[in-house]
Amino acid sequence: MSIRTRRRPYPRLLAVAGIGVATLSLAACSLGIDDETPSSSPSASDAAAPDASGSDDAQALGGTVVLRTHDSFAVPEETLAAFTEATGVTVDVQSSGDAGQLVNTLVLADGDVDADVVFGIDSTFASRAVDAGLLAAHTPADQPASAEQYELPGEAADALTPIDVGDVCVNIDDTWFADRGVRPPETFEDLADPSYADLFVTPGAATSSPGLAFLLATVAEFGEDGWSDYWQRLMDNGTTLTSGWSDAYYVDFTAGGGDGDRPIVTSYASSPPFTIDEETGESTTSALLDTCYRQVEFAGVLEGSQNPEAARALVDFMVSPTFQQILPENMYVFPVDDSVALPPEWQQFAELADEPLELDPQTVAENRETWLREWEDVVGG
Amino acid sequence: MIRADTGGAARRVLGGAGWSLAVLLPVAFLAVFFGLPFAAMVRLGLLGDAGGLDLGGVVDALARPRVAEVLWFTLWSATLGTVGSLLLGVPLAHLLFRRSFRGRTLLRGVVVAPFVLPTVVVGIAFRRLFSGPLAWTGLDGSAVAIVLALVFFNVAVVVRTVGSFWEGLDDRPAQAAASLGASPWRVMRTVTVPALAPVLLSSAAVVFLFCATAFGIVLTLGGLRYANVETQIYLATTQYLDLRSAAALSLLQVAVVVGLLALTGVGRARTQQGLARGGGQPAPRLSRADAPTLAVAGAVLVLVLAPVSALVLGSVRSGGRWSLAGWRRLLGLDADEADGVVVPGVGSSAYDAVALSLRIAVDATLLAMVLGVLTAWLVTRGGGGGAPGARRGVRGRVVAALDAVVMLPLGVSAVTIGFGFLITMGRPPLDLRGSVVLVPIAQALVALPLVVRTLVPVLRSVEIRQREAAASLGASPLRVLLTVDLPLAWRGLLASAGFAFAVSLGEFGATSFLASSSRPTLPVLVYRLLGSPGTGNLQTALAGAVLLAALCAGTMLLVERWQVRAVGAL
Repeated sequence: MSIRTRRRPYPRLLAVAGIGVATLSLAACSLGIDDETPSSSPSASDAAAPDASGSDDAQALGGTVVLRTHDSFAVPEETLAAFTEATGVTVDVQSSGDAGQLVNTLVLADGDVDADVVFGIDSTFASRAVDAGLLAAHTPADQPASAEQYELPGEAADALTPIDVGDVCVNIDDTWFADRGVRPPETFEDLADPSYADLFVTPGAATSSPGLAFLLATVAEFGEDGWSDYWQRLMDNGTTLTSGWSDAYYVDFTAGGGDGDRPIVTSYASSPPFTIDEETGESTTSALLDTCYRQVEFAGVLEGSQNPEAARALVDFMVSPTFQQILPENMYVFPVDDSVALPPEWQQFAELADEPLELDPQTVAENRETWLREWEDVVGG
Repeated sequence: MIRADTGGAARRVLGGAGWSLAVLLPVAFLAVFFGLPFAAMVRLGLLGDAGGLDLGGVVDALARPRVAEVLWFTLWSATLGTVGSLLLGVPLAHLLFRRSFRGRTLLRGVVVAPFVLPTVVVGIAFRRLFSGPLAWTGLDGSAVAIVLALVFFNVAVVVRTVGSFWEGLDDRPAQAAASLGASPWRVMRTVTVPALAPVLLSSAAVVFLFCATAFGIVLTLGGLRYANVETQIYLATTQYLDLRSAAALSLLQVAVVVGLLALTGVGRARTQQGLARGGGQPAPRLSRADAPTLAVAGAVLVLVLAPVSALVLGSVRSGGRWSLAGWRRLLGLDADEADGVVVPGVGSSAYDAVALSLRIAVDATLLAMVLGVLTAWLVTRGGGGGAPGARRGVRGRVVAALDAVVMLPLGVSAVTIGFGFLITMGRPPLDLRGSVVLVPIAQALVALPLVVRTLVPVLRSVEIRQREAAASLGASPLRVLLTVDLPLAWRGLLASAGFAFAVSLGEFGATSFLASSSRPTLPVLVYRLLGSPGTGNLQTALAGAVLLAALCAGTMLLVERWQVRAVGAL
């Protein structure tokens, strides 16, 4: 019996390595192929299609535009298909992270991003994007008249087009207050009033976008010198802080479906339509319209776009009624075009504040860090 | 001449070129998909305003009192989380892998389910428990709640890694000791624990890194009171765009990982031993002597199942009434024709999300397994003279380095790597930005250490003599691999593949960064629902989380069945 020693193992090993490489590329392919089937398919030949984008030279376009957005972006396929039908342009939606991540990624990549249009930059992050020179000037020809009030001040107005608007407001559980015969709170001062002690929960400003909006609302209300005193009083009055909106609303809020014990919460002006009592048909919660901070979301054409004409057409499409009307039910925000009909429950139970609190985007950009660090000191101390 | 030379076999199988190629594959993968993005982010953070290297800035960033506080919390919460997971996981592993009883396979699947649950959902489930039925404990918002949640997640890691190793362990030394009069405690201490030591170390290292980089849990449960290094990096990067602090903290994470690896390396050198693997012995049935184990295991099951049942319950109850509305919305049962089955507010159907999640998971698993098996094999066989205590040659050092580097992705912030991906993968020659391929790649990075750590102890324990016996009877090296190593390592392979799959299914951090089309994976869908107002959305999100957990448990069950059949066939 001979012990077989040195057999040349190379071919087999190479084969193993080869299989490895093949598997790697296979893994890459099985998803890669699907990349080619975007949510809406191009049908440029359909010249008879109605021009949904409202853009004059739309029919001559084509190709693909890449839309960078945050992960709250939700649009029905038919809506994007309507755009494709009208312009021949296919939309490739790339969504990730929240609004802050969206802007920071664009800034970090220094404009070198493979995208044409950005949607979802909000008023608190607008300056950062505009100052970094990421956006090319464009204003839709058919911008609705009602959208003008939402435009950014100065030259930034050319770079970013307002698409939707939402208010972050303190919400209350009306049933809770009615059951106890307690007069519901109405103002910021009420929240710090000892008769409403231990009833308020809000997401933290450092970890949550509505949380930040609420902080900015207090800055707008009490001024740069007064807000931290107010927060001190809020905390002394037993305010609870959570890290995100969802656990403030779903865990601590009394009307959020959990076993919460706090009837006052920071949420949105659009929240009440979602708490309708099936028996009475009435909403059990309402937004305190004196506490609202206005958030506007913008879209813009990216400076490095390879297909700028199509990119402009997409921004134009976003202010058209076709796109505007899907906003409430899909993204829980109000369209900037006030001529677009809202869903029935919205008409009844959701309204934007007449005089919302607002801060100049430039001021926000300059002070955000300072305010947040100060805020952490106040609430952590 | 016959020597106990583990490297010999590998050297015989692997010629120089082959060896290099085998090393090159995982090294290249890690260099491109981990090294590059990490280096890019650190570079951005370290560059001073003038463009030069600004180390003073880093020192300043690390010298803030908050950093010491955060590092301290990271270390002790991760340590407690690890100790807790081991203390609770090992008895459960014993019960599920060393004893046989009805429903065992089902339990094995169920126990892994928590591992894939999105952390946001678990955070909410825990907060609801601690502010609802368990409010009397006063634990809501406390560090204890955070540690409990860490244990909840990671107990599965311990059960699976330790269990798959333990299952194949020869029971005879323990029986011999017992028949010689050793008490059960003494048998445990002198026979079982030493035999398990390598896998205990391995799984402790993995669990520690999971705990130290836990993000969603600490953010949700810690509120503003507790923060770990990972949540600070997240805030610095996404909120403040303070890349210097983020880079400094990321470097700190690397230091922690390196320290941990040095520690486990010392431990491993002491505990390494060839073990007799008993294949095919049927596990004994439960007996009265198992009562203590059973008690601990029962407690663990309560810990694991309480939040899970809270989720299931939450998905079928609304406003104090039973209601399947959440499930109907998720599955599109109420949708009229025009809307299709799209989940409102998400823009995608749950079916698409499930399909996408499964496909990505298959890809990520394949990738992690190919690289993981290669790495584990190199680590145990390709080191050249790898006998314990032997001096290492060049190959030994290369392989030891690879063994360590493979762990880094677990210990380094997903936020840093995610952002790094976004800024490095868009330039030629690697123009992958926007490609869906990045998602399984990122997930494979996280799964790879788990695969390697599961396989290495199993491969190491294959007794040298068994292989030498086979070789001396004329088996070619490849045949040794196929007939000796493979059957013994089979459980480890399946266990690690199952884990890679679970990691991928549940992964949220990297996916939410990279998910580059409007189609979400199931965890991302759940997350989006949670961020939308309306109790209907909460119910739908909980239903989605339950579906995800069921999907994972179901896969584990399939793997189990397959494992039984395959082992029977060998």
